Amino acid sequence: MAKRRATSGALLGSSDETGLRETRVTENIEIAAGVFLLKYPRERDFLPGQVVGITVDRRIAPRYYSISSGKDEEFVDLLYDVVPGGELTPLLAALRGGDLLFVSPPSGAFLDGDEEGWWIATGTGIAPFVSMAKSGLGGRKHLVHGSRLASGLYYRKYFAAVLKERYVSCCTKEAGDGIFSGRLTAWLGQQEDLPTSGRFLLCGSAEMVVDVRDLLIARGVPFGNISSEIYF
Amino acid sequence: MAKEPLFGRTIEELGETARRFGQAPFVARQLAEWLYRKRVDSFERMANLSKTFRASLAEEHVVGLAPPERTTISSDGTKKYLFAAGPGRFVEAAFIPEERRATLCLSTQVGCKMGCLFCMTGKQGFQGQLSAGEILNQLRSLPESDRITNIVYMGMGEPLDNLANVLSSIEVLTADWGFALSPRRITVSTIGIIPAMKVFLERTDCHLAVSLHSPFEDERRTLMPVENLYPLAEVLGVLRESAIARRRRVSFEYIMFGGLNDTPRHAKELVRVLDGIRCRVNLIHFHPIPGTPLHGSSDETMLGFERRLKESGIITTIRKSRGQDIMAACGLLSTKALTSRPQADY
Repeated sequence: MAKRRATSGALLGSSDETGLRETRVTENIEIAAGVFLLKYPRERDFLPGQVVGITVDRRIAPRYYSISSGKDEEFVDLLYDVVPGGELTPLLAALRGGDLLFVSPPSGAFLDGDEEGWWIATGTGIAPFVSMAKSGLGGRKHLVHGSRLASGLYYRKYFAAVLKERYVSCCTKEAGDGIFSGRLTAWLGQQEDLPTSGRFLLCGSAEMVVDVRDLLIARGVPFGNISSEIYF
Repeated sequence: MAKEPLFGRTIEELGETARRFGQAPFVARQLAEWLYRKRVDSFERMANLSKTFRASLAEEHVVGLAPPERTTISSDGTKKYLFAAGPGRFVEAAFIPEERRATLCLSTQVGCKMGCLFCMTGKQGFQGQLSAGEILNQLRSLPESDRITNIVYMGMGEPLDNLANVLSSIEVLTADWGFALSPRRITVSTIGIIPAMKVFLERTDCHLAVSLHSPFEDERRTLMPVENLYPLAEVLGVLRESAIARRRRVSFEYIMFGGLNDTPRHAKELVRVLDGIRCRVNLIHFHPIPGTPLHGSSDETMLGFERRLKESGIITTIRKSRGQDIMAACGLLSTKALTSRPQADY
């Protein structure tokens, strides 16, 4: 999961219970309108696909984001979008290099191996797959990434270079070179040779997850082969 | 600008409203009594408030009640009520009468974000949170409101994903200035959002029902994506640490899927993982939804599963299916067809 995933901020009690640790922001760059890539030094090991909770103030409950950097990289990268009027994300967006950040231990079980399989994401839901690919798990993976706008196809160049023809980008509101015009479910629906074996990992909005899961099940994929990470 | 509803506000919030209009602090309690005890539906009828204040209130506020827009009645007496929750948004509530009690199943969200494989609400995606007033309106505007003995937060949505409004609604339900219901008459269901669950356990005395559905992590993950973030083992750890069994009832909801989670191995593992938690297990018939790869366990299998749990000392019941013919039974509520919001783009 790459988006906010906490319930109402201050209601969630003491941040100390979450094992928050202080760190300093390395950089915090707006990579698309309202979407930021935050970077801080990696002090704890994590598994590709895991999440960390972050906050700028111990009184504000952390929100959880998927790590989008490789497991051996020097820095931890987090991709997040700003929720207008939200309690935390506008404060995150104001962070600069050197600012204080509170970070929870990595957690979560949205994990994968290096066997053949499919990754399907929308928007910032791409984050765990970036981490997996940068950790060496992308060699036999297909990736389908959907977004309304082409600017939301984060890491497009990276995946086009690494996965080559196994990377498909879909866009519903804009056309572009090499971009499928339409929802990712439309692209998936057109694939006659979609395998029914292998694992399918889904990350994005609940709507996408439910739609894709239904589509895959209708195509004969056992539901046990489908693992989902949802935004909430 | 739309007028703000007062119904659903806590005593503290009503106090702020009263102060804003230059009223004395005790007016908050008067407002609460009119809204929740005397149950009036207009400011005009709030007779012990000054005429000027009532007129001022009416300029900026509405009481905020909305009667059900549609009623569907099951052959078993269950009734499903459709309520509007803002323009183009609807939720359903189920009224379930029994011999000695009458239960109201409330919704807390329009749709749901959790994406559980077996749930019809999850298939409609998420269209928004209900305010405390919109949650409570399902009780207050119900024709059978006075007959309700028990309230379960088990309708559309994940209650603990709307924590602030759920807590406010519980405050109004249980306070002496509110509906004055015993918290022992209220059960909140969750799939196990741990941070919110901890707050709920700290701040209320209501019963808690946790959707379990499989004692095995990998299997539960395929049914409920939340397992990836908040594993069952950690949810159970919180319940053990909370030492809550003396104060409230903890139950575990277990929908039985044929050949998936209904074997003796599952029963044995369920007994193991629940060790140390005073609880009850509710076994639930699966009500199939369109396109599902799942099917329900046979009655015989459910009875055998129940027996195994009981023999291990776990209080276990097989919950009656109510309102299945009107899509009001567990996991079947949905207002997708009615929502005016375009399908989410991605």
